[in-house]
Amino acid sequence: MALLQTVKLSTGYGDFQALFDVDIDVAEGQIVAVIGANGAGKSTLLKAVARLLPVGVDAVRFDDADISGLAASQAVRLGITLVPEGRRLFPSLSVEENLQIGGYSARRGSWRLAEVYDLFPRLVERRHHMGTALSGGEQQMVAIGRALMSNPRLLLCDELSLGLAPIVIQDIYAALPRIRDAGSSLVIVEQDIAQAMRVADRVYCLQEGRITLTGRPAELSREAIHTAYFGA
Amino acid sequence: MQWVDTIIQGILLGGLYALYATGLSLMFGIMKLVNLAHGDLIVLAAFVIVVLASLLPPGSGVVLALVLSLPMMFAVGYGLQVGFLNRTLDRDILPPLIVTFGFSIIIQNGLLEIFSADSRRLPLTGWESASLSIASGISIGTVPLVCFASAVAVIAGLNFLIYRTEIGRAFRATSDDPETAQLMGIDHRRLFAVAAGIAMMVCAIAALYLGLRANFDPTIGPARLLYAFEAVIVGGLGSLWGTLIGGMIIGVAQTVGAQINPEWQILTGHLAFLIVLVVRPRGLFPKSEG
Repeated sequence: MALLQTVKLSTGYGDFQALFDVDIDVAEGQIVAVIGANGAGKSTLLKAVARLLPVGVDAVRFDDADISGLAASQAVRLGITLVPEGRRLFPSLSVEENLQIGGYSARRGSWRLAEVYDLFPRLVERRHHMGTALSGGEQQMVAIGRALMSNPRLLLCDELSLGLAPIVIQDIYAALPRIRDAGSSLVIVEQDIAQAMRVADRVYCLQEGRITLTGRPAELSREAIHTAYFGA
Repeated sequence: MQWVDTIIQGILLGGLYALYATGLSLMFGIMKLVNLAHGDLIVLAAFVIVVLASLLPPGSGVVLALVLSLPMMFAVGYGLQVGFLNRTLDRDILPPLIVTFGFSIIIQNGLLEIFSADSRRLPLTGWESASLSIASGISIGTVPLVCFASAVAVIAGLNFLIYRTEIGRAFRATSDDPETAQLMGIDHRRLFAVAAGIAMMVCAIAALYLGLRANFDPTIGPARLLYAFEAVIVGGLGSLWGTLIGGMIIGVAQTVGAQINPEWQILTGHLAFLIVLVVRPRGLFPKSEG
């Protein structure tokens, strides 16, 4: 049974429609990657699942229940947490406070401050710094750790590698399997296709708001991805 | 000696202005809402305390009336936020201004309708009329002193709430970025309602001293709002201790002005505000990124 299922999901911003009848499935324990060019609707998909955007009845199902009517804060309590694009750390909170606020309405689970510091040891010595004083990579670690503090069943990660040095991206991607093994399924949105293919169990490609390709990374040819990504 | 006395009285008056300003500062800080009805809500709280005091057995004191008014004013703030103000946020700067301006008119006229335009005063039951003599020519009234101490206690308490508690962390996070705060599981609308409730409790405390120090009637709210704005801006947005200092500067300027010429009291307060605005446009203690 799918943990997350979107059924003919359409949404957008005001008069602008960004997604058209998008169907994705995420099974428990899976890492699913959503790839696509700028403006393809990847972030929109994550925001719709995280309940920041309005969707039709029954368009988003979580744990076999319709969650289309929930607010973002309620979705967190069910176990859906988004690591937003651009990290969005709270500038007036220290690193540790940013992590603590992630546990504001946490479900029971294994992620607490100690476990997050164990996952990202670099944050320990930075714990009393303000979040915005950190490097981009460290900020991304805080953003992931903050989301983990809610003990998500489904972690949605938007553009984890954006603007980061390759070595830092490796560190961050190395953490994803550990997060999965601790009990969270993941949906990652990524522009770096190679990175996404290495870690994902399943890939969806979005183009102009529609799914153009789906499959297991090993089964997809470069040509098929190229076509799905850029159009024929 | 007369000048020392004048300055001490001004500093203590600043405590009252800081109490006027704290609720305003709290609501602006957390939800970026400028509440133009703030002064009228203080006057409303003063009438609530008057009514409660008249219902209580004689001699039980205004402090008990204040304590009883606190949950009522919390409910007023919570209700206004859920019923109206939450619907004005997220769009534009103008809707909350227009709606709170409307509240201001409604509260003033509602109070005039019920209580008439007669000026009132809270009943004094003993300690409120006492004073301490510190030196020859300098005596401090108990009410101004307790008022100032209350302002310090309220600001210390709010700072503790904001910087040391979980709900305070949620206040700061929501103030930074309401959308991301929702992603932490924070229901920002409910949080705003709690903040408005707390702000109205501070209004009730301010109202007690408003009613003990001087007469009031339903129309004096907007002038209190003006002093509150001046205290907040002189102190610098985002700093509650700054607001206390701002209140003290306005208070001292007013008493010094009144000492020179009784007609100048209000004028010198405003002049002090304008001078600070010219010299330090962001106030004396602005938050770093303002």
